[in-house]
Amino acid sequence: MSDFWIILTGCLASVSCGLLGCFLILRQMAMVGDAISHAVLPGIVIAFLFSGSLDSVPMLIGAATFGVITTYLIELFNKKGGLQKDASIGITFTWLFAIGVILISLYADDVHIDQDCVLFGEIAYVALEPLVSYIPGLSAPSTVWVLFIVMLLIIAMIIFGYKGLFLTTFDPSFAAAIGVSTVVWHYLLMSAVSVTTVVSFESVGAILVVALLIAPAATAYLITDKLPKMLVIAALVGVIASFGGYYLAVWLDASVAAAIASVLGIEFTLAFLFSPQDGIIIKRLRR
Amino acid sequence: MWLFEQIVEFFSFQDVNIRYVALGTLLLGASSAVVGCFTFLRKKALVGDTIAHSILPGICLSFIIFKTKDPLMLLLGAMLSGWLSVYVVDYISANSKIKPDTAIGLTLSVFFGVGILLLTHIQHSGNSAQAGLDKFLFGKAASLVQNDVITFGIVSVILIGTIILFFKQFSLISFDVHFAKTIGLSVRTFEVILSTITVLAVAIGIQTVGVVLMAAMLITPAAAARFWTDKLKVMVIIAAIIGGVSGIFGAFISYTAPSMPTGPWIVAVLSFIAIGSMLVAPKNGAISKSRKQKKNQRKILEDNIIKLLYKLGEKENEFFKNRSIRTLKNYREYPEKKLLKGLNILKKKNQVVLVNDLWVLTEEGKKAGMRVVRIHRLWELYLTTYLRIAPDHVHEDAETIEHIITPEMESKLEHLLDYPEKDPHSANIPYKNEKDINE
Repeated sequence: MSDFWIILTGCLASVSCGLLGCFLILRQMAMVGDAISHAVLPGIVIAFLFSGSLDSVPMLIGAATFGVITTYLIELFNKKGGLQKDASIGITFTWLFAIGVILISLYADDVHIDQDCVLFGEIAYVALEPLVSYIPGLSAPSTVWVLFIVMLLIIAMIIFGYKGLFLTTFDPSFAAAIGVSTVVWHYLLMSAVSVTTVVSFESVGAILVVALLIAPAATAYLITDKLPKMLVIAALVGVIASFGGYYLAVWLDASVAAAIASVLGIEFTLAFLFSPQDGIIIKRLRR
Repeated sequence: MWLFEQIVEFFSFQDVNIRYVALGTLLLGASSAVVGCFTFLRKKALVGDTIAHSILPGICLSFIIFKTKDPLMLLLGAMLSGWLSVYVVDYISANSKIKPDTAIGLTLSVFFGVGILLLTHIQHSGNSAQAGLDKFLFGKAASLVQNDVITFGIVSVILIGTIILFFKQFSLISFDVHFAKTIGLSVRTFEVILSTITVLAVAIGIQTVGVVLMAAMLITPAAAARFWTDKLKVMVIIAAIIGGVSGIFGAFISYTAPSMPTGPWIVAVLSFIAIGSMLVAPKNGAISKSRKQKKNQRKILEDNIIKLLYKLGEKENEFFKNRSIRTLKNYREYPEKKLLKGLNILKKKNQVVLVNDLWVLTEEGKKAGMRVVRIHRLWELYLTTYLRIAPDHVHEDAETIEHIITPEMESKLEHLLDYPEKDPHSANIPYKNEKDINE
């Protein structure tokens, strides 16, 4: 049963991340996603001090707050400070991450966050959790429940907010002209990214969550030009990687999350080479 | 007193360990800052981040293949995979529709994933020799020993030496790649040299501050230094000082509080300096910029109000008439508050006076208003005469330039146009010694 829960956790996290990742890379905000995934660390630590656990409402609020702060700081340094975009991303997330690590050392007795966990998580822990039943007849580890709910929320956001997300992604000035607020969608998306990062944090850690965010979306982007198709393909790519990654990790006796990231890399490489639309081999043959 | 004692104890460098740690972090901070200046200026600030995440698979592979923790072999592996990652980012963004930032995020996370896969595989394989490989993840600055400092010293000499040797070429490819190409410089070669020393700096520095924070060691000092100067040489030196000082400071904090991690403190100090510089730097800082902006806005407001009063006087042929706020508002759509603010500034300058709630120009105010109007009209005439712009297109431009023109430029314009009497809209151009000209 434990392998089922691990694979399911991987699938849930990678579907949520993959869907959001599509919007991130289309908005050319891939590195902002990367920055958020690191910069929520102080939020996690502060929330941990208040609530004493990793899966809780204060945690989500803390994370979402720091996600928004990160986005805001990046823009502030960029616009008011006159720093180029990538430099302001680099400075912001390293600064907040450093504060996070300092806070962990400062409250080491109260905050039980493993250093390894911060970087690459440990998905196998999910199998050790006791099963909880929120719906009669269905019981699952609480991490799975949380990831499942977040995934549903993200899917709902995309379905019901499709028009707003679509317009603000592809044509912000047109969106603004017809009264769709780019700022609202921007910060909504960033909050969703922070929340997803945090709920995936225990399982995959701050760096590998970036692989889940960017790799499936980039792979899907090479295969199709249509946004709905891209979303579906990105989710599929994530699911395949979760299965593949699990068995690769078992075979090598290594970290599951890292194996998932590695499989994502292989999937991207395949799309990069053989995608019917943009694969470099196909392009070369056509020439 | 306790703090003072700690400071004395630390900075006397009596303790051998303190000496190594301080010297090591100093060398590391300074040399990575110097290299970082160029990645920063080439707008590749996140290259350091990419390399830092990507050297892990190289380290693990070389451990698996050679079964040794010989620093030189590990460094070789690290350099190869770090180098490969830079190439992969360039290749992906050049050969597909994937944007550079996506390519960076993709490459660094997947390389890191493969690295962790190998690392956990090694750890679980029960090979006891692997202990210590994880210093490439988190850094271990507090445990620097003599050998490390010697390595740092050698690497710093290589890094800084290379920068000094090719300073001219590096600054060319940082500022103007096209120019560098036209004068026959082999841009590709120097890009390769630059990314090689960047990889080297990262591979060494990561053992002290860890994967995530290495990016800051490269770019944060450079960004901070950029606010203080426009000269590359000065910038490199300031960045080196900031990097070195932060390094020592980080070492000092984890000396006084041993549970505190060195790397994050170095980065916290660096960020503090960078954000401080962003705020207070004399020319490029946010505070001085916004002060300059406010000053300009006030000047524009003053100019516009005094011009309005002058033009009203000109129209009614009565310069020193009392005028109410409402009259002024009819001609210039300023909110009343703003209008009053401007009038009060003018009052302090003795250019207007307030009589029974009505505003009157003074002799001085008339002169000031005349000057703005004169510059405006001279400029309009200049545009129509010399740039052949239609008379109905010149007003907007003159509206802007009237606040900027200096007395020197003003007299140049007068000479050039030979003290004209009428502007393109046949309005009189007023002069200080108007009476002399009229008579």
